[in-house]
Amino acid sequence: MGLGEHAGYIIAGYLISFSVAGGGVVWSLAQGRRVQARLCELEARGIRRRSDKKKSGAAVADQEGKA
Amino acid sequence: MALIQLANPTRFLTISGRVLPWLWGATIILVVAGLYYAFPGSPGAATNVGETVRLMYVHVPADWLALLTYGLMAAAAVGTLVWRHPLSDVAQKAAAPIGAAFTFLGLVTGMLWGQPTWGTFWVWEARLVSFLLLFLVYLGLIVVWRTMEDPGRAGRVVSVLTLVGAPLLVIIHYSVDWWNSLHQGAGILSGSTDDAFLTPLFLMLGGYSFLFISLLLTRMRTEILGRRLRTMQLGAAGQEA
Repeated sequence: MGLGEHAGYIIAGYLISFSVAGGGVVWSLAQGRRVQARLCELEARGIRRRSDKKKSGAAVADQEGKA
Repeated sequence: MALIQLANPTRFLTISGRVLPWLWGATIILVVAGLYYAFPGSPGAATNVGETVRLMYVHVPADWLALLTYGLMAAAAVGTLVWRHPLSDVAQKAAAPIGAAFTFLGLVTGMLWGQPTWGTFWVWEARLVSFLLLFLVYLGLIVVWRTMEDPGRAGRVVSVLTLVGAPLLVIIHYSVDWWNSLHQGAGILSGSTDDAFLTPLFLMLGGYSFLFISLLLTRMRTEILGRRLRTMQLGAAGQEA
């Protein structure tokens, strides 16, 4: 498999493409993990969103109703 | 199930979490297959551009995805402005850096293909300049997202700007017909490209498309969770005050 006299251009094109794509994937996944970790940290401190509080409140009321 | 229920962010997180591993898997399979047909299983050199035809397999998919991403952002902009769809501005914000990256790759791989085939990396002609403009528009939209703190307001401003920039897609597409251009015309789907070169091209196009969808869903999930985080932080700050 010879790439001919312009091998440098071809290799550079593929290297840049896969570096940018790979960098984008790593960056996006790392950003997601960071946000997820921060959310877990807040939840561990007992901080909830209002809608989550309503849901857990409704669940407690439901359990009390059943009891 | 109504479409609006599917667009619920919580439901979106559940569904996207289930499909993402499959999408990443499809991306890897298609890209590896595309690379196989681009190199060891290659149909060989093209008569007009020689071995550099291999650059077509990364250049053309990057160009198509750059345009497709902007098209999707324009559709999402309509969703934000007209229906205030809960996921529209999330999708726009998540898609902009991906579109910018594909546009950058289209420009760079085009320059690398231009030098051996045209004898120059860059010419100030319609297709190249309009594509450069698209890259600058993407960067501008990212800057607006980053400078405005309220995501709802930023979403509406970006939507208007996205729609203002949408005619650029038409200009890019027809630039090779409207003006004299070094760039080749839209010939890939019109039968002017040998079928042997279409296998690696479409495999890479498939790989790039799945990469785009996987990245988009991943970044949308991060954006939704980021907004929840912001709400919780504001709530916590309010309680402390």
